[in-house]
Amino acid sequence: MGEMGETIVKLEQVVFKYDGQERNAVDHVSFEIFEGEWLAIVGHNGSGKSTLAKLLNGLLFPESGRILVKEKELTEETVWDVRRQIGMVFQNPDNQFVGTTVQDDVAFGLENAGIPREEMITRVGDALHKVNMDQFLNQEPHHLSGGQKQRVAIAGVVALSPSVIILDESTSMLDPKGREEVLETVRMLMEERGVTVISITHDLEEAARADRMIVMNQGSVYKEGTPKDIFLLEEELISLGLDIPFPVKLSSSLREQGIELSQIHLTDEELVNDLCELISKM
Amino acid sequence: MMDKLIFGRYVPADSAIHKMDPRSKLIMVFLFVFVIFLANNVVSYALVAVFTLAIVKLSKVPARFLINGLKPVLILILFTFLLHLFFTKEGELLYKWNVIEIYSGGLRQGIFISLRFAFLIVITSILTLTTTPISLTDGLETLFNPLKKWKLPVHELALMMSISLRFIPTLLEETDKIMKAQAARGTEFSSGPVTSRMKAVVPLLIPLFVSSFKRAEELAVAMESRGYRGGEGRTKFRLLRWERKDTYLVLAICILGILLIVFRT
Amino acid sequence: MRINLQNVEHKYQVNTPFERAALTDVTIDIPSGTYLAVIGHTGSGKSTLLQHLNGLLQPTKGYIQVGEQRITAGKKEKNLKAIRKRVGIVFQFPEHQLFEETVLKDICFGPMNFGVSEEEAIRLAKESITKVGLGEEILEKSPFDLSGGQMRRVAIAGVLAMQPEVLVLDEPTAGLDPRGRKEIMDLFYSIHKDSGISTILVTHSMEDAARYADEIVVMHKGSVFERGKPRDIFSRSAELAELGLDVPNTVKVQLMLERSTGLKFGRICLSLDELTSEIAASMKRGDLS
Repeated sequence: MGEMGETIVKLEQVVFKYDGQERNAVDHVSFEIFEGEWLAIVGHNGSGKSTLAKLLNGLLFPESGRILVKEKELTEETVWDVRRQIGMVFQNPDNQFVGTTVQDDVAFGLENAGIPREEMITRVGDALHKVNMDQFLNQEPHHLSGGQKQRVAIAGVVALSPSVIILDESTSMLDPKGREEVLETVRMLMEERGVTVISITHDLEEAARADRMIVMNQGSVYKEGTPKDIFLLEEELISLGLDIPFPVKLSSSLREQGIELSQIHLTDEELVNDLCELISKM
Repeated sequence: MMDKLIFGRYVPADSAIHKMDPRSKLIMVFLFVFVIFLANNVVSYALVAVFTLAIVKLSKVPARFLINGLKPVLILILFTFLLHLFFTKEGELLYKWNVIEIYSGGLRQGIFISLRFAFLIVITSILTLTTTPISLTDGLETLFNPLKKWKLPVHELALMMSISLRFIPTLLEETDKIMKAQAARGTEFSSGPVTSRMKAVVPLLIPLFVSSFKRAEELAVAMESRGYRGGEGRTKFRLLRWERKDTYLVLAICILGILLIVFRT
Repeated sequence: MRINLQNVEHKYQVNTPFERAALTDVTIDIPSGTYLAVIGHTGSGKSTLLQHLNGLLQPTKGYIQVGEQRITAGKKEKNLKAIRKRVGIVFQFPEHQLFEETVLKDICFGPMNFGVSEEEAIRLAKESITKVGLGEEILEKSPFDLSGGQMRRVAIAGVLAMQPEVLVLDEPTAGLDPRGRKEIMDLFYSIHKDSGISTILVTHSMEDAARYADEIVVMHKGSVFERGKPRDIFSRSAELAELGLDVPNTVKVQLMLERSTGLKFGRICLSLDELTSEIAASMKRGDLS
């Protein structure tokens, strides 16, 4: 992971409870998000991770504690400014597609922001080009695949050039191809535009691509660290209802068999290279 | 069934009428509805016919579409024709059999009224056949904009309409899925007595409502997150462009109106 | 119960400009008690195929033999209900089909449509709610007050209560978290083993196909690309890659390892244990060097 950027979002002792629920959905959560990083927030369904996403976008407000975005506190007054800083892509590709065509949908956010039409046209074109959907300008949503719709949603966010993009389980309803398309698009955006990405997910393969991970359990931060740190928890993660990536499983299974790998590996390539080295030493 | 209904359908084509501003088309249709009532003799009906045919020709909509579109209302047209034919007792008696008497005035009136009906349907069909629902919405929104002064929520209504249009295919798909899931659990939608078929609607409608509410809720959240806070200060991506040909269209309908007044007897 | 598809073709919107063949000449025999996985990317015809298994769609050519009944193209089959009782389908996101006031009523809906008495339906409901890992106390709740995972289980219980002889699963774990996914898949597997019913799983997960299925059918462009045992299917990774399909993680790592060491394992490894022991055995024998 590269050097850490400035703090862009900061949570201080954030508490949130839904009406009629006994338990806090988010319970005294504090952490920081740094500029330009990819942070994955993982946890099983009901661990509070999606509530967290809504809090970050001012769709819900904390009962106590505060959220700072670029040192400005997120409140009812600042929420509209914050939303221009933090774009959000939701889970269901259909239920966030507002426009009747691809370009209308991308323009929706720009219209809301009062961007002049001439500029809108360039921004819509650029954003769709970025997500590789520029050949579908006038397509209607029901003719698109789930992955394509999610890429349009990303374009809608990108067009507003936010500093942070939150992916709230944005790949969970997609097939493997769609998932790959979306993650690839996000990775490219990070490289080219330096946006900060927060992906909220229970897909461990997705989380393994992040720079940093936060594990949520019962509304609180269970553990924070690099994917490697987190996946070393192995059994603990499984008991939290999560899973571990395949190379990690294989690494530890091989170690149990007395094969002395240099470490637990996060990717297939690293693991295979390590094994090859072991073999050449034999 | 849906395939035969052309009213309200859009047929893409590259024609002068397709390219026109939805506002000019809306104004034309609106005025046409009044203007046609000025026609009351052969000359004026001929003028209206020329106008209508010219619009059809320009729109490049296949005649077959329009004829199909007229079919469902044919009975209605026929009925009005017969009504006038038998019950208007003006002019000279042309035919008499038993109690049935047909006068020349009735024949004339019957033909005129039927033609008026047909022209109205053709012209309104042309509007929807050549304009996408979303541009119609845009056109209506702009035309009704002045009504905002009287607190009419023009922008909100237009947004509601465009979102509904956007979700129609999604909901149709959803309906199909739920119907299949319930059919797999033994619901019979298309056979059995009427009462059981009515009952079969419940397992379809409730899930459909539940999911529509969920969709609406999620859509509202997504819209809010994308900065939607009402019509204030919003710019528009879709631009309506009023060109010379739009002015010509409106002029044409006005001229037709004037001519009809001149030739009115 | 055996299901046999013979030269099945399905065209959508026949005689319109939108006519489109979703299945072309599909022949699949599914003997009683088979666990069959159907894989193929989106649009390969998987969904259309499974809707033929209980007569939700009828073929435009060919026929489907379901037990003693036959659904033939062009003929109106009168007794589809009997087929639907015997072939249960768990659709993707099955929780979208819940509609009754209580979980109990919803689970009883299927069995009672198929003529089961109320007492019997209640007994079946209790039985199936336990099968899916929920407590009987949930039966009196409204299905709409449950969590997403619970709703999924209730919907599955609703299909199980029909006591189908063939269970068709269309990506039954989509959207669930890893634990939920594993629990549901294990549940279907134990039902398959215990009651000897046939199971047909449509999935994007090559891991699930490798782990649970006796046989795999690979669909491509509306026809059967190939059919075989998981080990045979996944030994053709190059062919699968051409169709845009993956192989399980174990196979992926095995192939990488074989490529970079020049070594060949004795078999295609479909589980973590198999792969671990193959690697360990090779290293102990020292034949990797």
